[in-house]
Amino acid sequence: MLRTMIAARIYSTRCFNLQRQGRLGTMAPVDGNEAVVVGTTYALQPEHDWIFPQYREQYALGRYGDEVIRRHALYLAGHPEGSNYPAGLNVFPCQISLAAQVPHAVGMAWGLMRQGLAGVAVAFFGDGASSEGDFYEAANFAAVIKAPVVFMLVNNGWAISTPTSMQTAAVTFADKAAAFGMPGVRVDGCDPIAVWEVVTAARARAVAGEGPTLIEAVTHRLGHHTTADDPTRYIPVEQLAAARAADPVPTFAAQLRSVGLWDDELQADAEAAANAVIDDAVDQALARPLAPDAFFDHVFAQPTPRMRRQRAQLLELEAEGRS
Amino acid sequence: MTVRTMIEAINLTLAREMARDDRVIVFGEDVGVNGGVFRATDGLIDRFGRDRVVDTPLAEALILGTAVGLAAAGMVPVPEIQFLGFSYQGFHQLAGQIARLRYRSNGRFDAPITIRAPFGGGVRTPELHSEAIEGQLANIPGLKVVMPSGARNAAGLLAAAIRDPDPVLFLEPLRGYRSLRDDLPDDLDLVEPIGRAELVRDGEDVVIVAWSYQVEVARRAAKELAEDGISVAVLDLRSLVPLDIDSLAAVVSRCGRVVVAEEAPQTAGFGGEVVATIVEHCFYDLVAPPERVSGYDVPFPMAQLEDRYVPSVGRVVAGCRRVLEVAP
Repeated sequence: MLRTMIAARIYSTRCFNLQRQGRLGTMAPVDGNEAVVVGTTYALQPEHDWIFPQYREQYALGRYGDEVIRRHALYLAGHPEGSNYPAGLNVFPCQISLAAQVPHAVGMAWGLMRQGLAGVAVAFFGDGASSEGDFYEAANFAAVIKAPVVFMLVNNGWAISTPTSMQTAAVTFADKAAAFGMPGVRVDGCDPIAVWEVVTAARARAVAGEGPTLIEAVTHRLGHHTTADDPTRYIPVEQLAAARAADPVPTFAAQLRSVGLWDDELQADAEAAANAVIDDAVDQALARPLAPDAFFDHVFAQPTPRMRRQRAQLLELEAEGRS
Repeated sequence: MTVRTMIEAINLTLAREMARDDRVIVFGEDVGVNGGVFRATDGLIDRFGRDRVVDTPLAEALILGTAVGLAAAGMVPVPEIQFLGFSYQGFHQLAGQIARLRYRSNGRFDAPITIRAPFGGGVRTPELHSEAIEGQLANIPGLKVVMPSGARNAAGLLAAAIRDPDPVLFLEPLRGYRSLRDDLPDDLDLVEPIGRAELVRDGEDVVIVAWSYQVEVARRAAKELAEDGISVAVLDLRSLVPLDIDSLAAVVSRCGRVVVAEEAPQTAGFGGEVVATIVEHCFYDLVAPPERVSGYDVPFPMAQLEDRYVPSVGRVVAGCRRVLEVAP
């Protein structure tokens, strides 16, 4: 788990810097949420269980394979193949619309259940996204049909600049589970083992046909919402400093060191491996060819006559260098 | 052969498709025990069980959003939105999610989702039950918009929609559910390809281009004009996306005069798209400016005034007379 967390921090930091250099597009760092995503995925069975991410988790999905970060590098490079996770990789494409993936996860769980297939669906969404109607509609129905879903609400305290006090008057986000008739659990989102434990229990409950669980994982945002954000405008400096002091990656490393399970050599090896993966992923992403008319692909299984005409026009202009 | 109403044709086609493919799942508000508020899904729960005919909570974003996950799980979702006007409460899942499932996943996921929704005026419904918003929907890339005009093509097009690997909005004119009838084969073995218009009446002087219930209005208008010796063609578009541009251009070029009849408000309605397409493809064959007969640019009115809003036979006849007045 620690190796995957270290890799996540490196991927996220490197992509952030590459955005600043103009080589990759806008991105949302995972910094501070590594323990939630990694702890969750290590409690799952990647060959059966589906992940429905928002846009921040991709860096930390290493448990599902390096292909996730390779595809995500393509996504950040603005390439349409970046959200095409190959068949067999149970991860839904990056979702920009907040909480829109939550009913998708419920639909997937419902479909798995109907077909008698093993597996659960896990939806990641933030404290801000929990104010969207999609969350309420989906959580409500999932409990009604006892769908095998884990609702992973990552509460990092901030929805861009809006604090949780402006998001809800509930004492905790986990309290909202009561209204749906499902268990609500609050967990320290900076502790990967604590997350692993609650997700393991939620998964067991889901596959036993007992229905969904809402988990509120409490974390801190260590910095920017996205590369287009300046958190010093709204997060008090001392709060940012406190969050950085509780940074889950070095904290977990120190914990493992104290029991003799981690050392400088392992740390250096984990960092080198992650840097090699992201170097390769970014190089390949930036070199990946892309046809100028690729956006006509995959709108429909077969393009409409009008789309064929538009595509021919584009290619004609392209040939003349006037597109 | 048996005479079937449009609602019977839809009901029997749903049953036929569910029997043919056990991945098909029907869900929505009141579709189960109640059989749908118009009885479109009547009896399906008894035949196919509660696992395949599912009453959902009253939550349109949920109904549309779960269709995405179901499709990705390998099912063939056929959700019902009880009235098309209610789709505003799930519009983000329709436009932002269902329409983009294939595109966003760069081809990994098919989206064989058929969204059925009744719409249209003429039956004195409360607010937001009658809105014709097909133009707004047709502007969303990745959605097919299919609008049957009778029992026969409702059966054939619904079967095609359910078998289509892309999302299809299947919009049913509630005024036609019981008033439109066709003689249909008993086994209802009908599949009509999506994307082809049908010349339901041939004529030479003017063509009325219409879809959904306005095809019936156009037929009646054509009959009335025939009594004055005017030869009127009626083209039923049947699907707005994909649009059968070739059939549209052929009949308009031949007649030279065209009236487009639709229920939606005029500004940015799909009729404007039809006229633009006509101008693009038939400009030199036109002998009169195309005429639009549509709803007005106002919200769908309360019951007492709706007959003045939805294009009537009289308004379509008047539209035809206006284009016929222009000297060649």
